[in-house]
Amino acid sequence: MELILFLIFAAICVAGAVNLLLQTHPINSALSLIVVMTSLAVLYLLLGAEFLAAAQIIVYAGAIMVLFTFVVMLLNAGREERTLGSKAARIVGFPAVAALMAVLATVIIRTQGLGVSSMGSGVTSTTELSTELFTKLLLPFEVTSVLVLIAVLGAVALARHGSGEGAGK
Amino acid sequence: MNALHGAVPIAWYLILSALLFSLGVVGFLIKRNLITVFMSIELMLNGVNLSFVAFAHQWHQAKGQIFVFFVMMVAAAEAAVGLAIIIAVFRARATLAVDRIDLMKL
Repeated sequence: MELILFLIFAAICVAGAVNLLLQTHPINSALSLIVVMTSLAVLYLLLGAEFLAAAQIIVYAGAIMVLFTFVVMLLNAGREERTLGSKAARIVGFPAVAALMAVLATVIIRTQGLGVSSMGSGVTSTTELSTELFTKLLLPFEVTSVLVLIAVLGAVALARHGSGEGAGK
Repeated sequence: MNALHGAVPIAWYLILSALLFSLGVVGFLIKRNLITVFMSIELMLNGVNLSFVAFAHQWHQAKGQIFVFFVMMVAAAEAAVGLAIIIAVFRARATLAVDRIDLMKL
């Protein structure tokens, strides 16, 4: 059951990622990225991360991708024209990516002691997660809230009209 | 592998995560639209998140999942600022093609 779910959603995930690369219109890429993120949420559930599955749907598939589609529509981004990319990307980039993938896969396959995941065994409850987060890791949590606040201010300042010629005015 | 009993080896999750990361890198290299390049970065972040969750499951640690939580928050902040920068670039140069945004190129 779990294996079947994993295979189905892993296939959907990879298909969505490949589709992101193949589509030429940004809105189609954004929609396939939503597919990737939603199937990743199912995989998180299989790994017993119930809070993260919900957060993945809400934060990634919800908030971030809505922002992306909004910007695509706002800028009226058209079809991209395919060029071959830079010479560096062709000569160094793709062999490096293939080598990276090969090295990672070999290391992962050869590593001993990696167990199996079974849905019943290792569920991390939201209680456990929040206890850890709000007792031992309270300071990083608060620092992150400051970071998000700064990001909001920065986004407003950058996207404001006329920011090209002096945002301070 | 005792795959037929219904349990999924952690290694498969890790390979899927490596695959997603590599596809993100390929997208970063071949896409010619600023917004889709940015989406490829999000894809890489998601691939790394999957391996964090897989390792958190492997060692029964909540810390891995908390790390993913922080990555999500930083990704949200990064998306907001990045898209604002894209809007500013589009205002200044009226294009989203990365080939034509080459002011800092030597």
